[in-house]
Amino acid sequence: MSDAILRVTDLSRLFRVGGFRARGQLHAIDDVSFEVAPAEIVALVGESGSGKSTIARVLAGLYLPTKGTIVFEGTALGRRDSRAIRGAMPMVFQDPFGSINPVLRVGHGLLRALKLHRPDVARAQRFDEAVALAEKVGLTPGAEVLARYPHELSGGQRQRLGFAQALASRPSLILADEPVSMLDVSIRIGLLNVMKDLRDHENVSILYITHDLASARYVADRMLVLYAGRLVEEGCTNEVIANPQHPYTRLLMSSAPDPRLAPNDFEGDDLGEPPKVINPGPGCRFAPRCPLAMDQCLVSTPAMVALSPTHGAACYAVVP
Amino acid sequence: MSEPILRVRDLRVEYETPSGPAQAVEDVSFDLAPGEFLAVVGESGCGKSTLLFAIAQLLTYPARLAGGAVLFEGVDFTSLRPEELRARRWRDISVVMQSAMNALNPTLTIGAQLADACRAHTEWPDERIKERSAEVLAMVAIDAVHLKSYPFQLSGGMRQRALIAMALLLEPKLVLMDEPTSALDVVAQRSLMKQVATLRQSLGFAVIFVTHDMSVVAHHSDRLAVMYAGEIVELGPTGEVFHRPEHPYAKGLMEAFPSLRGELQPLLGIAGNPPSLVNPPAGCLFAARCSFANDQCRTVHPELVDYGDRAVRCHLVAESRA
Repeated sequence: MSDAILRVTDLSRLFRVGGFRARGQLHAIDDVSFEVAPAEIVALVGESGSGKSTIARVLAGLYLPTKGTIVFEGTALGRRDSRAIRGAMPMVFQDPFGSINPVLRVGHGLLRALKLHRPDVARAQRFDEAVALAEKVGLTPGAEVLARYPHELSGGQRQRLGFAQALASRPSLILADEPVSMLDVSIRIGLLNVMKDLRDHENVSILYITHDLASARYVADRMLVLYAGRLVEEGCTNEVIANPQHPYTRLLMSSAPDPRLAPNDFEGDDLGEPPKVINPGPGCRFAPRCPLAMDQCLVSTPAMVALSPTHGAACYAVVP
Repeated sequence: MSEPILRVRDLRVEYETPSGPAQAVEDVSFDLAPGEFLAVVGESGCGKSTLLFAIAQLLTYPARLAGGAVLFEGVDFTSLRPEELRARRWRDISVVMQSAMNALNPTLTIGAQLADACRAHTEWPDERIKERSAEVLAMVAIDAVHLKSYPFQLSGGMRQRALIAMALLLEPKLVLMDEPTSALDVVAQRSLMKQVATLRQSLGFAVIFVTHDMSVVAHHSDRLAVMYAGEIVELGPTGEVFHRPEHPYAKGLMEAFPSLRGELQPLLGIAGNPPSLVNPPAGCLFAARCSFANDQCRTVHPELVDYGDRAVRCHLVAESRA
């Protein structure tokens, strides 16, 4: 894909942990490379601690990368050109109760985003534009919703507002960090449908960060599976879901509860312990939990192997 | 079915709010057989956790019991004095709280916290306490070395399992679980559910499991209660309710989450929000969000009708069943 709007290459972010003499390096993300095409929803899937939020935060400029490059719309992101970045690549946060100022009216955040990022919208038109944005994400009637205070909105409405605020700067990419995980099941699907709508009608790409494979399958065109800071599988959502190749993806698939099916028993009794990524040694990070682990897995890190033009897995046990 | 160990009758809980009492739990009644696994599902604010706390008599201001009875082996918990209750807690009923992160004391080792519970409820000597602590940790696949660990040294899944171990210390007949899996990853979640199922089989305790994510309990519970706005709207055998839900809200819930397998279908979820519990509407509480609602639904409050195979609170179901 040469027309990717976002190209991430060998991105790493290490954190120093422990006391001030300590030499612990936590490898939150290690050599992660991926691309996002225009009007595409890419799901970044992994368990907690896998580094998926770190990727979003590095992209948003909240953390600096330790290594690697981020090319966004043809230009490499420097150390701090933050306002432009936030406008072009806004973020929707996980907690709809903590991410909206409770003492200001709902309209404030939207109007402010328009003021900061949309000089083309004249002051007199800002309110109309804000109403239009609110209605795009299903907050109707827009004018009435904008006059309310955040506590008068439900969790689902707040998260819709988060998307409306992100949309205010006419971004080409929205970073959505677990946008539905704090919402009730009956509300979630509405928000996933909003994401699809934005992709189809506003041509926005979304990097959808989630631990929920089923919701990733529902909205995403492509998915990236992250384990302990490394990408282990990537590809078209359909291909990955229908034919998961990496043993970790398979474990995730078989763990996802699905009431429509009989319970499935995964080989082995995995307690689901997350890996240690402080000063990790060489080798595949999934090896200690992997039913297929070989000698080679303990000494060197497998590279991503293409299984088809649109599907790849980083595992020695996978034969293309 | 053998004699139920728990009978909940017309339980009502109110929250005091500045605008008047809010009905958090309204006329909830059910029986629980020994060793049975009852799952209670519903969205946040539907009263499912409040119900659990009311059963354990752990309600604190602004919540208060407004009526009804909780009969555990024939004894009404709502009429017991605090010291009588304390004698029964942990021995008869124990609770696994939602967030292991907050339920464990960060400044004490796991062993100290297990010992604390033993000392409060038994006269056991120290060796017996140590022995039993190691025993319950082993039940949840945690090595005895972790008796000396602090909570921060354990992973999220281990902490949650340690809480379950703690609940099992005195072999209670009923364990109340308040969303124990919601802070866990899918892999850890599945392994925890499996462990609870095995322990229940070997120890024979009954479980009331509260969750908002019904897919978690689909395979492990015997019966499923769906709550909406403080009321049970459908109660029946889990498989039946899952595959053939009858109440429109239950139907909506079952169709609200995407599947990993099979055809990808566009889903709609349930539009709208739950009603105010301070001034609940006159008719069915779900009528405003229900696409089948008629005039009767908007004016007459439906009762939970037991049809033998399941109980449903809906006028339309009553009509079609008649």
